[in-house]
Amino acid sequence: MFTHNDKVKKRNGLAVLVLGVTGLLAGHTATAADARRYVEDNCVSCHAVTKPDFAASGIIERIERKGPLLYYAGDKFNETWLQSWLEKPHRIRPGGSFPPHHTVVTDDGDVIDDNTFHPHPAVPKDIAKVVVDYLMGLHAQDVPSLTQTYQPKQVSAVLGKMNFNKFKGCAACHRDAEDSGGLSGPEMYTAWKRMKPEFIVSYIKDPVAWDPHSMMPNRHLQEADIHKLVDYLKLIGEKTP
Amino acid sequence: MTRRIIISLLLGITITTLPVVMIRTAQANESGIDAGKRLYQVYCVQCHGVGGDGYGINVADMEVLPKDHTDTREMQSRTDKDLFKAIKHGGKAIDKSVLMPNWDGNLSDQQIESLVRYLRTVCCEKKTK
Repeated sequence: MFTHNDKVKKRNGLAVLVLGVTGLLAGHTATAADARRYVEDNCVSCHAVTKPDFAASGIIERIERKGPLLYYAGDKFNETWLQSWLEKPHRIRPGGSFPPHHTVVTDDGDVIDDNTFHPHPAVPKDIAKVVVDYLMGLHAQDVPSLTQTYQPKQVSAVLGKMNFNKFKGCAACHRDAEDSGGLSGPEMYTAWKRMKPEFIVSYIKDPVAWDPHSMMPNRHLQEADIHKLVDYLKLIGEKTP
Repeated sequence: MTRRIIISLLLGITITTLPVVMIRTAQANESGIDAGKRLYQVYCVQCHGVGGDGYGINVADMEVLPKDHTDTREMQSRTDKDLFKAIKHGGKAIDKSVLMPNWDGNLSDQQIESLVRYLRTVCCEKKTK
């Protein structure tokens, strides 16, 4: 009997084969259509590459969501990071896509059960390249325009951390170092490498505009306050190997 | 005869699709205790705990423990209006921790009301179960 991971591996392997054969028959590198087929075969069971009908599904969509929304991947990700992550995937959200699915109640409080996670399949370098090209072409249609207003400024590690932890409360859900902060949100010490600065600014400003079922609150921050937080993300992100 | 077949078919389609439509409508409206329970799972358990006891997965590094929603006496000292305000406008609005965020950007008033109704079952109905 195949486990879930075996099935994923088998499906992944098949799609790699399909993509490889298609490229071979065509006599050139894989096309956008090949990449799209690969994504449809391998990614859409866990990731939305088109906008879901959030209103119709209600909050159940968030509970059942298996992986991050990708229909605005081109607005969100840094291309080089996405390429390297697909080749060597690792968990960015300590609590997974929906933490309650990975939470167990113990005498020491709720903890994350690492045995409940299925590793994301690694994508071979040449295939990852065309998949990244495809994903970077995906953009949200009805979100605030992503204008680059952020100009990096220096921030001290001490003041930046204080702002992140005590004043804005980000550390309740996010880690700003491997061993510091909350576990339900994505790690923030790699945010600068993962995401475009204009996306980070826009998402902090209005998470629900991007994801109607975002688990991140809108703290109604002024642009300048958001920039200070991004200064800190830049500082800790550039320190992270 | 044909008319009877058509009526039977229409009835069959209605019977099979109605529950789906009803579930979808209920989910979209997000009201009532069941909706409150779902919303609690999405927005609250990470800090307040799966059991509502204040020991969620995020608390290890917190300087203030999240509210224990199973503490009947403490929760009974808060009115529904207090709870609504804390959820909608966050800890700062009620002179509590900034770590409790304002959920006004994520939740409608109707959804917050359903959360308050669910909180009342967590805090104060356990002895009657």
